[in-house]
Amino acid sequence: MTAPARSLKESTSRAVLVDRVATSALWLTGAFVLLLLGSIVLHFLLAAWGVVSPGFILSDPSDEALGGVLPVLWNSVYMLVLVMLISVPVGILGGIYMAEYAPQNAVTGAIRFAQEAIGSVPSIVVGLFGMIVFVNTFRWGFTALGGALALTFFNLPLMTRLAEQALRGVPAEERSASLALGASKWQTIRHVVLPLAIPGLITAVILTAGRVFGEAAVLLFTSGIGTPYHYDFANLSLTDPASPWSPFRPATTLSVYIWKLNSEGLGAHVREVVDGSAAVLIALVFFFNLGARGIGRLLTKRLTAS
Amino acid sequence: MLSGLRRLAALAIAGTVVVSACSSSAATGEPGGPDGTMGPGAPAECVTGSITISGSTAMQPLVAAAARQYASACAGATIVVNGGGSGTGLSQVAQGAVQIGNSDVTAQSKMATPEADELVDHVVAKQGWIVVTNKDVTITNLTTQQNVDIWTGKITNWKDVGGPDLPIILIFRPQSSGTRATFKKLVLGGATEAAGGQTLTGDSNGTVTQAVSKTDGAVSVIGFAYYDDPANKPLLNGLQLDGVDATIANMTTGTYKLSAEGHMYTLGEPSGLTKAFLDYMLGDYVQHTLIPSLSYAPIA
Amino acid sequence: MTHATANQRLIGLRARPGLRDRIDLPRRIVFAAAASTIVLVALLLIFISWQGIALFVRDGYAVTDVLSPVWDPLAEGRPQFGLLPFIGGTIAVTGLALLFSTPLSVGLALFLSEVAPGWARAIVQPALEIFVGIPSVVWGWLGITILVPFLADISPRQISLSLPVVGQVFSMPGFLTGFSWLAGSLVLAVMILPTITSITYDSLRAVPQELRTGSLALGTTRWQTIRHILLPAALPGILTAVVLGMTRAAGEALAVQMVIGNAPVLPAAVTQPVTTLTSQITLDMGNTVFGEPWQDALWTMSLILLALSMASVVLVRVINRRRAVA
Repeated sequence: MTAPARSLKESTSRAVLVDRVATSALWLTGAFVLLLLGSIVLHFLLAAWGVVSPGFILSDPSDEALGGVLPVLWNSVYMLVLVMLISVPVGILGGIYMAEYAPQNAVTGAIRFAQEAIGSVPSIVVGLFGMIVFVNTFRWGFTALGGALALTFFNLPLMTRLAEQALRGVPAEERSASLALGASKWQTIRHVVLPLAIPGLITAVILTAGRVFGEAAVLLFTSGIGTPYHYDFANLSLTDPASPWSPFRPATTLSVYIWKLNSEGLGAHVREVVDGSAAVLIALVFFFNLGARGIGRLLTKRLTAS
Repeated sequence: MLSGLRRLAALAIAGTVVVSACSSSAATGEPGGPDGTMGPGAPAECVTGSITISGSTAMQPLVAAAARQYASACAGATIVVNGGGSGTGLSQVAQGAVQIGNSDVTAQSKMATPEADELVDHVVAKQGWIVVTNKDVTITNLTTQQNVDIWTGKITNWKDVGGPDLPIILIFRPQSSGTRATFKKLVLGGATEAAGGQTLTGDSNGTVTQAVSKTDGAVSVIGFAYYDDPANKPLLNGLQLDGVDATIANMTTGTYKLSAEGHMYTLGEPSGLTKAFLDYMLGDYVQHTLIPSLSYAPIA
Repeated sequence: MTHATANQRLIGLRARPGLRDRIDLPRRIVFAAAASTIVLVALLLIFISWQGIALFVRDGYAVTDVLSPVWDPLAEGRPQFGLLPFIGGTIAVTGLALLFSTPLSVGLALFLSEVAPGWARAIVQPALEIFVGIPSVVWGWLGITILVPFLADISPRQISLSLPVVGQVFSMPGFLTGFSWLAGSLVLAVMILPTITSITYDSLRAVPQELRTGSLALGTTRWQTIRHILLPAALPGILTAVVLGMTRAAGEALAVQMVIGNAPVLPAAVTQPVTTLTSQITLDMGNTVFGEPWQDALWTMSLILLALSMASVVLVRVINRRRAVA
């Protein structure tokens, strides 16, 4: 063997130098990302400072004055509730199957593949699909229900997956103990596993809610781009298109509203309204995410023995 | 612990009730219409029912304003106005998903003849467009021939048309949009536009305004209602066409030629609230008060 | 079974399943719920494929027609629906975004996993989660209000580089309006950063601690451990992260469409406006009529997007299957 090109001391000090450089580079990366995010948050805080107020959130859009975002905010919340109503129960049930019953066979493999597939499909394609089915073929036109069903396409596999993970998180001993006491499988699931999985399930619900809330591409093609000027909340009809409680009407959400204002916004205050709307949107999504962690932790503490 | 959850749920419901209560009181402060009046805007008679309208985003402000006036004067009439584009409007009215489809261009120009023939056209207004440039470009007028030369790429510098020595940056509208189609037909006479190189396609009036106002030597076409908006006018240099100012008066008389009709299509002859609303759109208040205030030109 | 539940009958010492257990309604219900995912995907694939081939089946275009670089739907005579500008644009914008984002994301993941002390991790991780939550319209809005004007302000009309002996090395048009390939890629890079980072972080965490301690016991520095042990071990996870980031970038519609310029030409220079599959669909869908050839071409574009995302799912599986073998 030939003599090594460098002495051991040289190699070591070179390696230490490289290590120091690399460590600094990694620290810089962390700092850079933090700086980037910080400046974005700061930008929105500043831009929204004079704009966002309880009045902004609670009043209607206006052509002349600054106006507010109440109708579109309502639509965002309404759409969220509608999507959750459909996808949470079905998702939890699906998660139960995948966590408790599913054997290692082709059907289970197909379900997994389908979950991954939908997770990768671009949201615009889901929106277009919703357009063909609900807007065109069913002849509903733009409706909140169509938008919610299209969003369910996204949300359901995700919810199923997260529910499955939450259920798998329940220790096996609990199941065994319950079965040993004579309970049937379904009784075990209903009375033992599910309650213990509630923290994880609620976290899952809130995380998916955050994702649904910010979604625009799907809704652009299924629930329409209008500007509702005023909602009469006293109208409680569930079929009247003028009622904000009905799912059979176009429903422009906050994200779609931002898109619309960027395209065709008229009036002196467009930029402020968009900045304010974006700030409200980010704040809400932020609270959803924080809330998911917080509530999950709280419930874990209170509902389980830990 | 369950009581904790119940408390949370109760709070959430209470919160919703508070929000809706607040909104009803906030509602009384909103303006009745663009000119603030409500009385003169009322239709002659009220028809009840519920219709949905979708289509052109250029016509959406006008139709939405008229719908608001009608609905506020007539309880029991619900008119929902959506955007989505002229193509969407035509598709949806042809399929029966909406009652009226707004379009910037004729149905025949976008659809195959058998389907287009089933739609009945109601022209309600004229909308205008104006050629705008960046403020650096100091000219005030372009003739039709100059427009052709510029947009086909034959002339590439503003100095060739009497402006400063700046390269021309063309900002197109989407090929599918009514704006582009109308401009190509009425001004360019169908000539082939330049492509590639220093061209850009701005999808919306907002994008285009920003691009034109910030880029030296940029030129584009925007809707007149958009240009007339006091927030946008100071940013842009609006040009005359063949020496004619872009004004509503000139559009009405036809001396300013870059204008086209706004169509509201129905599937077959309209009836009920649809017919009543279309009649309202052609009525005196909408044509002579609402339309000019929104920078469109009346038909009647 | 050696014990009987309420649903079973004891016959002798052996329990036989009662009717309720044989039907097992709960199991069927939850199976239906889980299997609905398959139905959803199948529906999606069927409908989009059906619409996507309408251009060929109903309107009489050939596959070679769409593989042309000429997009001219308003041409006299036969409209041209060449899709290469969009396919090329999607590849170009996504590729550049990955080039920006991957080193940054892997670096950040390494930082969080190996280098960061607890307090730093406690700040950066929630920051990442906020990143994830920002909706795409907001990214597009940021792009159009900050990035695009910035690019427009800094750019000369022509960017060229000349060296003393060699002469002019290259020259390309400057940013002009700011709407450009680069703007699109930068916005996308920021959007996919948290995706790539979190998956890479998970796969780094999954590498057994013994590998690290063993390597350090041999006298290596931390960087040597990272470079020679950790990264190769986590490679399938990193590749997965990159593929998923790529899928997300390629599928992004609104944010990209707001900043990219939408010129239906093949991508030429980073300073020039380009187009992508998603942005053209967003641009034209509302203005075209259902059933007409123009809109059919847009549906074909959606089919291409769908095929791309399916291919990436398969690719991820292939990457991870190799790891099981190795």
